[in-house]
Amino acid sequence: MRLIGMTLRTALRALRRNKMRSGLTMLGVVIGVAAVIAMVSIGEGANQAVKQQIESLGTNLLMVIPGATTSNGVRSGWGGVSTLTVGDSEAIGNEAPAVAGVSHLRRQVVQVVAGSLNWSTVAQGTTPSYAAVRNWPVAEGEFFTDADERGAARVAVLGQTVVDHLFGPGEDPVGAEIRIKDVPFRVIGVLEKKGQTAWGQDQDDVIVIPFRTAERRVIGAGILGTVDMVFATTSSAQELDEATRQITTLLRQRHRIQPGQDDDFTVRNLNDMARASETTSRLMASLLLAVASISLLVGGVGIMNILLVSVTERTREIGIRMAVGAKGRHILLQFLVEAIALSLAGGLAGVLLGIASARLISRLAGWPTLLSAGAMLGSLLFSAAVGVFFGFYPARKAARMDPIAALRYE
Amino acid sequence: MEPLIEIRDIWRVYEIGDSQVAALQGVTLEIERGDFVAVMGASGSGKSTLMNLLGCLDRPDRGSYRLGGREVASLGADELAEIRSHEIGFVFQSFNLIPRTSALENVELPLVYGGVPVAEQRERAREALRAVGLGDRAEHLPSQLSGGQQQRVAIARALVNRPSLLLADEPTGNLDSAASLEIMAIFERLNREGGITLIVVTHEPDIAAFARRVITFRDGRVVSDERHAAAAAPREARA
Repeated sequence: MRLIGMTLRTALRALRRNKMRSGLTMLGVVIGVAAVIAMVSIGEGANQAVKQQIESLGTNLLMVIPGATTSNGVRSGWGGVSTLTVGDSEAIGNEAPAVAGVSHLRRQVVQVVAGSLNWSTVAQGTTPSYAAVRNWPVAEGEFFTDADERGAARVAVLGQTVVDHLFGPGEDPVGAEIRIKDVPFRVIGVLEKKGQTAWGQDQDDVIVIPFRTAERRVIGAGILGTVDMVFATTSSAQELDEATRQITTLLRQRHRIQPGQDDDFTVRNLNDMARASETTSRLMASLLLAVASISLLVGGVGIMNILLVSVTERTREIGIRMAVGAKGRHILLQFLVEAIALSLAGGLAGVLLGIASARLISRLAGWPTLLSAGAMLGSLLFSAAVGVFFGFYPARKAARMDPIAALRYE
Repeated sequence: MEPLIEIRDIWRVYEIGDSQVAALQGVTLEIERGDFVAVMGASGSGKSTLMNLLGCLDRPDRGSYRLGGREVASLGADELAEIRSHEIGFVFQSFNLIPRTSALENVELPLVYGGVPVAEQRERAREALRAVGLGDRAEHLPSQLSGGQQQRVAIARALVNRPSLLLADEPTGNLDSAASLEIMAIFERLNREGGITLIVVTHEPDIAAFARRVITFRDGRVVSDERHAAAAAPREARA
């Protein structure tokens, strides 16, 4: 025990003796660890943000949209062609066994007036199952029912953003009357806040009304019975691929698409999108981590270099220690402790610097960062390991010295 | 009683480039327990090589070395370190204290490596410093001590593990005559009162005169081995 205490004291004294040199030696590890911590925080932060955004769309969710990415050479995007119908949506619900819930919608940008205030937003006509399928419950009031849908009732459920723009603070929107494109509606509920999508769209800037009401009273124009989008859910993530296959087969049949012809619709798997963006951000994070680790290794080389100098400088001291009875392993331990002290102190300073940088980046660039305790502990352990790894060669060199030659060294 | 040191036909050959230099060429010696021996000879005569071998810092190429009845010529590095730690104390010409480390900690060093219980270390180190008259300088750094004081710290360090053999290589080579006499007086007292076996390498006849036995080397061989009358002369000179 005393030996370890003395070894540690000797090591710290040796490091203090050359403060400048020790500091510069540590700097490599400091920068390396700080980079690791900052990179991991940025990576984790991005990952978390993406995950939250994607989860906000709903889990185990499939989106069917009209038009394919390429359709007979004509590229068309979202809802470019109205090929999906209410019939398709109902068929998916009834005939695709892997599908647990289904909902469809049409939407249009509309002007909404409540009292003296007005706001331009998206009116979304959809089915009563929408709240369940999108996993989007109401915060106040209630969602519309099958009876509202059948009767094309003039009832509306508002997104939080719409509430914020049409009603003053403290005003209860539930029960209030609003006018959508001059048609009076009664507000029956307010949706929970859902936030932005991954592509920066405010999901809360929406008014949800019964599909039939939208078709008959608001959107009007266009072919009755077409939909802009169909949502389908499965009860587990494992069934998503099967559901995609079933929906594709079913819609190809219904649309009489011959084998070899392109689909006129697209099925999107949100879990896949989530996974893809997660993979991307994870890949980014590992690349950054690799770069940071390299600088940590470079720091280790710096430690080895300085330790070799130190071993040479203290050759005589090593000889004296051996003469008074130090064994090779005592000398080895002493220089190893010195290396570990250097790298660990560097690691500690690096963690602090890393936390500070992550905070600064998050403030200046506005990127989300997430400090990870694992990364901090990991980089401390790694820097200790760097100390052991790069300290071992100089320490062994010291331990294997010939005591006579060491004593005679000038 | 069996001699403390028994070496038989010891050879030590260095390879310098292509040529071989035999620093010791078949030396045979016995040194009794409690003896005070001076080893003399010109530089290159092999006396330092002999000291390194006797001090278990080096191993002979040929021959046998029995220290306290145990054959040590063929031991490994760790076993030799163990023997240095418990059986042998060194005093060097250039003191060889560890710089920027207090006198007390320098003296403690052999105890730490020798596995002496923690509770005992500090007290034994202080005691050793008191024995060389430096009880009040324990916290001083080597750079704050005179040459004679530094050498006394080195003697305290050499003695702190209570070795049976003290080896001193030109211990007064860097000291003025007053300090030299001081150091030799300490050696003499240790030998007379403590019964420690003392081997001093020197090329100064004044210093050798303190010893009871003077062995002279030339070209790796013993050329003379004389016994004095109990070191009487120097004691009179000092009085």
